[in-house]
Amino acid sequence: MDTKRKLEILADAAKYDASCASSGAARKDSTGSKGVGSTGGSGICHSYTPDGRCVSLLKVLMTNACLYDCHYCINRRSSNVTRARFTPEEVVKLTLDFYKRNYIEGLFLSSGIIRSADYTMELVIEVARKLREEHQFRGYIHLKTIPEASQALIALAGRYADRISINVELPSQQSLDTLAPEKNLARTEEAMGHIREKIDERHAEKRGPDTPKPAPFATGQSTQMLVGADASTDAVILGCADKLYTVHRLRRVYYSAFSPIPEPSAILPLKAPPLIREHRLYQADWLLRFYDFKVEEIASAAEPNLDLALDPKLSWALRNRERFPVDVNRAPREMLLRIPGLGVRNVERIVSARRFTRLRLADLLQLRLQLKKLMPFIITVDHHPARMGLDSDSLRARFLPPPEQIELDFEAPPKPAASDFSSVRSGEL
Amino acid sequence: MRTIVIEPDYEAWRNSARRLLAEGVPPDEVLWSEDAQEASLFTGEDPHVEPVTGNPIKVPPAFLDMARSAAAHTDTRRWGMLYRVLWRLTLGGERHLLSMATDGDVREIQNWCKAVGRDIHKMHAFVRFRLVGVNADTGREQFVAWFEPDYRIVRLSASFFRKRFAGMDWSILTNYECAHWDGMQIHFTAGVPRGSAPNQDALDDLWRTYYQNIFNPARVKISAMQSEMPKKYWKNLPEAPLIAGLIAQSAGRVKGMLETPERPAKSAPKNEYLKMLHDMNRSEPPENKKPPQP
Repeated sequence: MDTKRKLEILADAAKYDASCASSGAARKDSTGSKGVGSTGGSGICHSYTPDGRCVSLLKVLMTNACLYDCHYCINRRSSNVTRARFTPEEVVKLTLDFYKRNYIEGLFLSSGIIRSADYTMELVIEVARKLREEHQFRGYIHLKTIPEASQALIALAGRYADRISINVELPSQQSLDTLAPEKNLARTEEAMGHIREKIDERHAEKRGPDTPKPAPFATGQSTQMLVGADASTDAVILGCADKLYTVHRLRRVYYSAFSPIPEPSAILPLKAPPLIREHRLYQADWLLRFYDFKVEEIASAAEPNLDLALDPKLSWALRNRERFPVDVNRAPREMLLRIPGLGVRNVERIVSARRFTRLRLADLLQLRLQLKKLMPFIITVDHHPARMGLDSDSLRARFLPPPEQIELDFEAPPKPAASDFSSVRSGEL
Repeated sequence: MRTIVIEPDYEAWRNSARRLLAEGVPPDEVLWSEDAQEASLFTGEDPHVEPVTGNPIKVPPAFLDMARSAAAHTDTRRWGMLYRVLWRLTLGGERHLLSMATDGDVREIQNWCKAVGRDIHKMHAFVRFRLVGVNADTGREQFVAWFEPDYRIVRLSASFFRKRFAGMDWSILTNYECAHWDGMQIHFTAGVPRGSAPNQDALDDLWRTYYQNIFNPARVKISAMQSEMPKKYWKNLPEAPLIAGLIAQSAGRVKGMLETPERPAKSAPKNEYLKMLHDMNRSEPPENKKPPQP
């Protein structure tokens, strides 16, 4: 089988991993070397495919042969796909050739699990080692790790990689038992804990004078959760994400709508991917990380799923109307962050400007804010919304999109509003 | 009214602005022009710039960064606007002006900076190098790329390419200016027409293979793609000709998946590691098996 045919199979097999980040790496570049590569700036998306996802890294599997039987996965052992396996040299050459043409930021290498966790990890690590040591490659490397792999191999993976990741895939052991019988949430979290220790150790700001500098290690770890393959509610998914952010300090949790795959499993019937739900989860994730929201405020036991029609911040505001209107000239930053339609950057601009001026609606227009969305929730020098407006039953209706299908129909996908896409990549509100 | 004719770059503007400020010339008494002929229609004054002596004028470093970036924009009003904000920051006594994103002048400059920044980012992303040969003396591979930026950003983006591609020789050609790296230094030459750069590479085919196989036909979001990769870039991207076909085939491909008979689970093969995993999973303490409470 030639490299081109292998690339077809092993890229196709890798596409269900949503992670594409190439940011957050330590600063390094090829200055003074015979090699190529740089990291440490903002991530760069070198292309976009018609699924709206960015192409940043060469994302391939080492092999799509796999011992595991995860029913959402095209590569599970029960699937009848054509199997292929790259040699380390092939992946190295593809990475370098693509990188030199500026097609990519680096390599995202994962693999089906063959023989054992350690055997598979060794295959993956060998590619990274060759790139770094034999070719002085300084570009971005993301390696997928296996929770059951030995500590020594995870340390070695982290030595070569900028980011390492283990996919949680589903937020509860009960779901894993049904759909991914080889996977175990407790062992995954344990492995994440060990990785966190290594990251902390390596990147600690203060180190004792006698403490030797620890071995190089990746700057961050991430994970992915599938959405819509099991019955988990958004509250369970976000609760799991929140735990991973706080306990194991993950850089990113990716949410991937379970989408139809070739070779479907009898245990997991195919259906339309819940793309809007995935989008709302990204918005909620942003609220947890940058807006100081708690999971219970976004998805509670009483209402465990996000409103698909409205963004989660607006939903929260409509459920907590007594907190509004907020005076943008006086309110603390934490409260400004809670105003629907106001993002982190504009909150900073407002806090900075109001030290010198009393803000009016015209000032907010200069910031290109959507006044229509903001006005019911804010007070400015020249604007005091009528309390009645906030209390009225029609306020929610005012923000609802015009009636349309929410569930995606493959025959005739509805056209989502442009505003749905401004944040679709990053999830930023 | 005084007319200042400058080369359209940051250094020229800075020199003139420094002199005007030292002389205390208010912004509404200056007409800025990039074109000597056009300027002479309005005034007969000599645009000769005297070197400036005396106390250096202090401005926030953030303003210089903004000015450098805005200078790369093509809006002809930028020189006058930059001088007006410089004036307001210094002689005008509004030292906090840059903290006021609500100010119309600041906002205008920030918008130019944003457009220039986006153009630079897209250049970092969408430049495509083509291998043209190997230097017989040094053994270094030589690459050439063609790019069509909206603004004058070749110099602003060159250091990124130098750091990233130190180990290869490269040239980036644009219609107004070209950058070249030979492993030792970067130098700039005048712009060239499109035909000067090769428009394909032997690797493009493999890259297209990757592009079409990493695409997931079950989640088509065309406007999301186009907002980040506008059509104006497509003509120089080797993968772009595939887009229409991938979109056209996607519905049929998904239909095929939905109509595929579901496959039953296969029993586990004989494998020591798998057996160990299954044993470990069975011996998990029961409390770990409970579903989490939301």
